[in-house]
Order: sequence, then C-alpha cells, then structure tokens
Amino acid sequence: MARRIPTARKTLTTAAAWTTGLVIFFPILWIVILSFKSEGDAIAPPLTMLSAPWTTEAYTTVQERSDYFKHFWNSVVISVGSTLIGLAIAIPAAWAMAFVPGRRTRDLLMWMLSTKMMPAAGVLVPMYLLFRNFGLLDTRIGLVGVLTLINLPIIVWMLYTYFREIPGEILEAARMDGATLRSEILYVLTPMAVPGIASTLLLNIILAWNEAFWTLRLTAANAAPLTAFIASYSSPEGLFYAKLSAASVMAIAPILILGWFSQKQLVRGLTFGAVK
Amino acid sequence: MGQIELSQVTKGFGDVTVIPPLDLRIEDGEFVVFVGPSGCGKSTLLRLIAGLEDTTSGRITIDGRDATDLSPAQRGLAMVFQSYALYPHMSVRKNIAFPLKMAGVPEEERARRVEAAAKVLNLTSYLDRRPGQLSGGQRQRVAIGRAIVREPKAFLFDEPLSNLDAALRMGMRLEITELHQRLKTTMIYVTHDQVEAMTMADKIVVLNAGRIEQVGSPLELYRRPRNLFVAGFIGSPKMNFVTGPEAARRDAATIGVRPEHIGISRDGGDWKGTVGVAEHLGSDTFLHVTTEHGMITVRAGGEVDAAHGDTIWLTPDPAHVHRFDAGGARL
Amino acid sequence: MATQHSRAAARLMISPAVALLLIWMIVPLTMTIWFSFQQYNLLYPDRTGFAGWSNYVYFVTDFRFAPAIRNTLVLVLGVLAITMIGGILLALLLDQPFWGQGIVRLLVLAPFFVMPTVSALVWKNMFMNPVNGFFAHIAKAFGGQGFDFLGQAPLFSIIIMVAWQWLPFATLILLTALQSLDREQMEAAEMDGAGPLSRFVYITLPHLTRAITVVILIQTIFLLSVYAEILVTTNGGPGTASMNLPFLVYLASIVDNDVGMGAAGGVIAIILANIVAFFLMRAIGKNLDA
Repeated sequence: MARRIPTARKTLTTAAAWTTGLVIFFPILWIVILSFKSEGDAIAPPLTMLSAPWTTEAYTTVQERSDYFKHFWNSVVISVGSTLIGLAIAIPAAWAMAFVPGRRTRDLLMWMLSTKMMPAAGVLVPMYLLFRNFGLLDTRIGLVGVLTLINLPIIVWMLYTYFREIPGEILEAARMDGATLRSEILYVLTPMAVPGIASTLLLNIILAWNEAFWTLRLTAANAAPLTAFIASYSSPEGLFYAKLSAASVMAIAPILILGWFSQKQLVRGLTFGAVK
Repeated sequence: MGQIELSQVTKGFGDVTVIPPLDLRIEDGEFVVFVGPSGCGKSTLLRLIAGLEDTTSGRITIDGRDATDLSPAQRGLAMVFQSYALYPHMSVRKNIAFPLKMAGVPEEERARRVEAAAKVLNLTSYLDRRPGQLSGGQRQRVAIGRAIVREPKAFLFDEPLSNLDAALRMGMRLEITELHQRLKTTMIYVTHDQVEAMTMADKIVVLNAGRIEQVGSPLELYRRPRNLFVAGFIGSPKMNFVTGPEAARRDAATIGVRPEHIGISRDGGDWKGTVGVAEHLGSDTFLHVTTEHGMITVRAGGEVDAAHGDTIWLTPDPAHVHRFDAGGARL
Repeated sequence: MATQHSRAAARLMISPAVALLLIWMIVPLTMTIWFSFQQYNLLYPDRTGFAGWSNYVYFVTDFRFAPAIRNTLVLVLGVLAITMIGGILLALLLDQPFWGQGIVRLLVLAPFFVMPTVSALVWKNMFMNPVNGFFAHIAKAFGGQGFDFLGQAPLFSIIIMVAWQWLPFATLILLTALQSLDREQMEAAEMDGAGPLSRFVYITLPHLTRAITVVILIQTIFLLSVYAEILVTTNGGPGTASMNLPFLVYLASIVDNDVGMGAAGGVIAIILANIVAFFLMRAIGKNLDA
C-alpha cells in the first residue's frame, strides 16, 4: 500500500507548504498585530512597529465610535436567518430534483443558478423603491428576505449534489417500510444528509455574512451588519490603521473562528458535485 | 396470504416499451424466481409489483384486491434490495424496527418482534451496531430482518446476493430457502444467475426483453425448454446448438444437446473433433471440442484423460436431443 | 424512475423554490425594464414620461461604458487565471504528505472567510498605501520608493485583492478532487512509464476537469458582480481605470441620480451576464452530467 516517503522530500514539502500558507495568511496576521498597537506605532516601519508596546486602546476606541455588538447581532440574525429559511425551502426542492429527476431537472437547476448571474446593480433601483414602499429599508427582515433569495440557488445546488450521492434505494426501502413522504424526508433523508446539510449551512452563513452589496445599499443605521460597520472606515480620518485593524479583526473574527472550527464539515460538502 | 396476479400489465418509459402486455399468476406461498439477462425487465417487473413504479396499463391484484394504484406502503409487501438499502444512521435494532415504527406498533411490541427476528437471523449480538460496522452477509441478514418483522404478504428480493462473494452467496442461498420453508410466505426473487434460479425456485419465470419466455418448475425448464432462448439460458455449461445438415437430418432448423448428454470416445462416434481447452475440476471434466459443426462443450464425469490437440469422437444421446424450428420454438 | 404519486409530490416540493426565484427574477426585472424607458432623474423630478431608447443611447455612448465592459472582462479573467493556476499548484502541494497539514490548511482557507469590504480596506491601507503600507515600507528598507498601487495600477490591485479572497475556494475544491483520484490509476501510469509531468497532463488534469469547471462557474457568478472592493478602494478610478459594469450602473443610478439611465445600464448588464451565463452553462452543463 503506502510507500515510504523520503524524509528529505517531506521536509522540503513541509517548508514549501508552510511558506505558502503563511504568505496567504499574512494579511490577516498583520492586521491582528496592528490592532494591538497605538495609532502612532501602527504606521511605523514593520520592525519598529513590531517592537512597540502592545495595547488594546484601538478596540476601545472602535467600540466607543460605533456599537460593535449591535452590528454583530445584525450580522448574526441576517446570515443565520436567511440560511435557515433558505434550507427550509431548498431541502424539499433538492429532494425532488435528486430523487424524482425529470427531463428538465438539469435545466431547472441551471436556470436557478442563472438567477444568480443577474447583476445586483442592475436591479438596485427597483429593489430600493420596493423596499421603500414596503417600509423594509434598513430592516433586518428585508435583508433576510433578499439574502435568502440570492443564496437559494447555491443552497439548492449544494443540497442537490449531496442528495444525489444518497442511494435512492434507501428511500425506496423506507417507502416499502410504510414511511410517508414526511417520514421519509424527516427520519431517513435528513439524518443521512446531516454532513451535507451542515456544510451547506456553514457555507451560506459565510456567504451571507460577507455579502456586501445589498447589506450596504439597503441599510442605514438600524439593520446595518458588520459589512456596513467596516465600510464606514473607508474614508480615512487622521491616523486610523490601528482602529481599522481592530474593526477588521472584530468583523471577521466570528466567521473566521466558526469557519476554522467547522472546517472539516465545511470542506466535506464544498464540492458542488465537482468530485464524483 | 400472498397471492399476486398481473393481468395485461405494461410498462413504458417515454417511447420505450420495457414490458409489453404481460400476464402472470403467483400463488400463495410460492417461491417464484424471475430470471433473465440484464436489461430483460425483471427488476422493473418486481418494482411494478412493489409499487415503486407505476404500471403504464394493466392491473395488479394482491389477494384478489386491486392494488394497481396503491402506494408501496399500502401493498403490505416487503422488499430486500440489491444494495441492502439499510439506514446507515440507525443501529441494527432501529433498522429492523423502522417498518414497525412507521406502522405505529407500540414500543414494547416492537422490541419483542425485533428480538424475535434477530434471534431467527443470528443477529442478536449485533443489534446495537451500525450497518457500516457489519460484513456483507450480516447486512444482508439485517435487510431480511427488516422485511420479516412486518409479516408481509410477500417478500420481494431484488438480486440480493449479487454483492456477496461466492462462498457467502451459497450460504445465504440456503438461508433464504430455509426461511421460505419455515415462513411459507410468498417470495418473489429476481436474479440473473440461473444457478440461484434452479436451486431456490418452486417456479421460474424466464424473461427476455420484457416478455415471459417460459414459466415452469426448474426441472420442467431443464427438460423441456420451450424455445432456444430458455434452452440456452437454463443449464450450465450452456446447451450446445447445431444447425445445418446435422439438424436437418433430424427434421429441425436447430438442435440442442446439453454438455452432459454427449458421450465421448477415442474410437468412433457421430461427430469427430479436436480437443481445445480441457478444464479439469476433479468431479467433472469440461472439454471444449472443435468439430465441423462448431465448438461443442462436453461434460464428462470424473477425471478424463484428454489434452489439448487430442482427436475424439462425440455422440449425442438421442433421448436428450432438443429440436427447434426456424423461429426458435420447440418441436 | 418514479410513480405518478412521487412525481406529483416532487412538483409540490419544488414549487416554493421555483415560485420565489421566479418572482425574484421577474418583479425587479420588469421594473428595471420599465424605468429604462422612462425619463426619471431624481434631480429633475418635473421631467417625466416616456424616454424611448434614449437612456440606452446615453448609457452606451457614455465615455465610461467601453472601459467598464473591458474592465469587467479583465477582472473576471484575471482573477480566474490567478486562482485556477494558483489553486492547482497549491492543491498539488497540499496533496503531498508534510508535517502540519491541518494547520496549513487552516491558514490557506482563512481569506475565504474575510468579507470583501475588510479585505479591500486592509489591502488598500495596510499593504498598498504608497507611504505607510507594508509594501512601501519594504521598498523603502531597500532604498526604493513606495509604489502607488491603486493610483498607478488600480485594476491590477483589485484583481490581486479579489484573487486573494477566491484562491482558497479554488484550492479547496481542487484539493478535494485531487484526493478522490484513484491511486491505482496513478500507479498503473507509473508502471506504464509515465513521468511526473505526463502523469499530471494525462491523468491528474483530466480528472480535475469537472472540479475546474465548477470553480469557473461559481467564481464567474460572483466575479461578474464585484462591487464592494471597488467602492471602498478606488471608486472606479482614477478616471475609469478600475470601473466595472456593476459599479457604473451604481454610479449612474445612485450617484448621478439618473434612475432611467441606471436602469438602462442594469438591463444591459443583465443581458451581458446572460450571454456569459448561456455560454458558460452550455459548456459546463455537459461536464456536470458525466
């Protein structure tokens, strides 16, 4: 079976992989360091900056300037809410496409995906007016609705590719065993698809958390999630590297930590049927 | 009870007709085997009976009741799938209990019946394992257990042994036959393996391209195949077919002789030939002989001393020569 | 492979998703098309009425239109090129055995979790700033000058930012595909005397086709609508150097307050996206079937 890998080669690979990994990760590492420095030190050359004293003052300032926890909570509500609703709509749809495929199933799937091709900017004005007329501007419920719709095709596709790997015979066995459609989906399909559903859930929370068109354009103060919180730092005022770093760390940390912890589940389903 | 009747049943997918009008009657308690080459429609036929596919036209009755439009759950049949189709996220106990749970059987009764089924199938010590931790044969038994707890009107088996290795297959074959003798429940069993068909069936249904070629007991099919297809399909090694003058001499378009019905001699006989491959099994010897009538396979009992290139004479046993007309039907 | 009963159930189960997406597609689209034929400028509320094709004419003849189309394509193709080549190389590297695989995988995955606004702001200020940015500090340490990335090479800089965010995605999918490659196939090729390069070209690459297709499809969907990165860095500038189509539509309708022209731009963007989608889906639909 396995061949012995020469240690020299493994050492070389290790060095190359770690170097690449660190280079890719470097920008994140860098802002974490900067966020714990004073503004004056943050703009100094790297070596001077690194040896400067550590401080949490940037975090305090950011929290005073805008209420981080409010934006954080908005992000949580919007991303988790839109993902859960999306799953509730997509699980039955994906069941139908995977286990009762028709001649048009693939066209339907492609059509769903093509709705994601519609550039958001193209329908910005009507969406803005609709939101205004229905009183949805700057509300979390409005954003949950929009993000549910824009991520629905991705959710359906991920679930579909995952469900397709589940042998249809098992669902037929359930039918023979007297299960109704509801029991079939609830007791047999869903538990079997837990890894796929988990990975779909995670990916979509991440996509919704990071969505930065509608969340910027349809919110003002109340429903603004972290994407808007951070965008307010785009026009610099004086020295702001440390503050920007702190705000950035605060905006990405929750999803980064979630992503790292659930890395296995996320990656397992993150294939979109690319692996057969 | 488990009497199943199909009348004028057809099945088509789009423009393709998989099963042309078909009639079949399966008596209560019978062990019926559907056999045929792959793609002959035998699995489709089983799924029609199960209710996993709709009939395009025709009627299916179970115990005299029209079941054509009933859902699988309402038909009261149990099925064992080729892939076993166990629920991977449930323990063996829960797998076997699932149909009972769906039927709303109370908890204690469920436990009692699962224990009983497990005992019959030697699964008692595996009840708390997941299917993934079991061997192929054990999974097969769990699938059977799931079928028997419901006390169905009939069992449907869809090539249940094809994923097992040869040794296990023989064991499971015996177990299923024994189960049938004990339960006396109707069983419908689909296979492409004519050995399984011959050894297990009360009644064999030979299918080809969706049509029934012949229905009968294993020995009827062996002794009096109704046409060339059945003659060629039943029996191993395959029946030898000879056409041309040799057949004409016997007033037939084709004659067939089974390998076990051919005598061999070094000195003389009907057909002269040269031994090609000789397979020595110990109990039998199979000789593949090239003759002027084509390649003939001969089964000789015991150890026969014949080698590649030897010249021998073959003589078919006249009592066992099957004659067929130009359309392939038995004369 | 199903019964009437299950087909009816399937239609019922799929209808909420289809209905929602239909509404989502049709309502704003109809409104956009309607506005695109109206005179509708928030600065001149008294000028209303049917505008004919004039909004389209204004949009297409706008001096920013041609650069926006070109930049959109350059952006998509540039990011795709970097992430595909980088992703394949990285996946090949991470597929080798080495110490600390788990941690390196986390490091590589990280940029995928970073929201576009954060990534753009961090690259713009902490790295690409010509005075205090990291690159400027490095250049100065070697006696050089800070390079004004966003001023001198705005589109390139944005491509780098976006590629950084999408590289992990491409790498992960390709890595998963790579790991599903049958070892025996590789060994057979090795027995047949294929060297590492031939094995890559004749075995690995064909095996990855499906994964590559999927990565291209998903990334294109997202890359066609890059917006936040431009908003917080260059605002499309200098001039039109980093203006893409979504951003131009945004400028026309929100900044210039010309809803009619913005809507016309939106319709054009949708048509172009659908042309891309059509060819992509056709090419890819085939690959996804196999």
